[in-house]
Amino acid sequence: MAFKDTAGGKALIQNLWHENPVFRQMLGICSTLAVTNLLKNTLLMCGGLIFTAGLSSLTISLLRKTIPKQVRMMVQVLIIAAYVIIVDTFIRAQFPDIHKTIGPYVGLIITNCIIMGRAEAFASKNPAWPSLLDGIGAGLGYSLILVIIALVREALGFGTLMGIPLPARDVWWYQWTIMVMPPGAFFMLALVAWFGNATLLKREKNGGAK
Amino acid sequence: MILAAIQPVVQSEPNVLAQLLVIFLAAAFTENILLARFLGMCSFLAISRQMKTSIGLGFAVVFVTTFTAAINWLLHTYVMVPLGIVFLEYIIFIVVIAAFVQLVEMIIERFSPSLYFSLGIFLPLITVNCAILGVSLFMLNKQSFGLPESLIFGFGSGIGWLIAIVLMAGIREQIKEDKIPPGLRGAGITLIITGIIALAFVAFSGMIK
Repeated sequence: MAFKDTAGGKALIQNLWHENPVFRQMLGICSTLAVTNLLKNTLLMCGGLIFTAGLSSLTISLLRKTIPKQVRMMVQVLIIAAYVIIVDTFIRAQFPDIHKTIGPYVGLIITNCIIMGRAEAFASKNPAWPSLLDGIGAGLGYSLILVIIALVREALGFGTLMGIPLPARDVWWYQWTIMVMPPGAFFMLALVAWFGNATLLKREKNGGAK
Repeated sequence: MILAAIQPVVQSEPNVLAQLLVIFLAAAFTENILLARFLGMCSFLAISRQMKTSIGLGFAVVFVTTFTAAINWLLHTYVMVPLGIVFLEYIIFIVVIAAFVQLVEMIIERFSPSLYFSLGIFLPLITVNCAILGVSLFMLNKQSFGLPESLIFGFGSGIGWLIAIVLMAGIREQIKEDKIPPGLRGAGITLIITGIIALAFVAFSGMIK
């Protein structure tokens, strides 16, 4: 496990589960929870988030010695905003239909606390390569939770996955309207957070992995 | 200045007033920025532990959303569209928000130090509250909005956020002593309660057609 021992590799793995941004730190659920009722939208949004998180961490880390301390936050926000504009332009060009429904939420990646949090906590103190991995790890850990939520919400709410109907849908499927509505997302996130936290607490109690 | 902008509209068409009321109610209840659009969750989860701070932050958000929505609408209509730089809207909006928050902070510090101390910590936090940027972005989604509509939309959204966080703080103060499964403590139980409140707010959707 040589990869795991390097600073960057460790940060990447840590962010996936032990320090998972969603249920361990409760960061940045705002901008993306809204798009979890369809898996396709979620995947697109997560892709954009991973891209922004990784590259903005990289950029901030490369510039960390040149950015004056007092205007640090402002510069970080501007760097993140620049990458979000790239993501937004890409989605607008490639998936115009989806852009109509998730448009404003793409812009909200800027204020996603995960990206800002990783920039401030990790990228502004570490070299480029580990920062890139740390950003990608945070994005992946976040996406993992959202994809789980989206899977359940789309299957129960629409009876489809990625827009394709589930097998033998007429036989067993019954629409859970609540999963289409906003409260469904809150309940699902609470359940996932409960499961994740309970598992980690149990393992800590048993003196297992730290 | 704001009154002057609304006044002629109100006088010319009495219906406009009703329309503005609908925009306000929709923004505050049926399309609640937090409960239906999931914006401003981070500070919501972190701050809603105490009633007093929740109210303080809530009013600060109302104030900032109202004015940044108006400023951003003006910038978008009179600067970005004529110059063809709409793609820069994210950068411009976030700079406006950060600058406005900074300005408000300075003004409050100068004129009312006591209010500054009670709000002090929350004002800078607002810059990264996604609800603020969200209001500006959703406002542009509704292309028929003029300045009064944007102002009311910003105000209504802020009020919606205030209502949500105050409700949550009230409930959280009540359940502080209750036995909750360890894995669910903190954010987990807050999210479930938020879901129940959101469910209650769904009932408002019949109010506006």
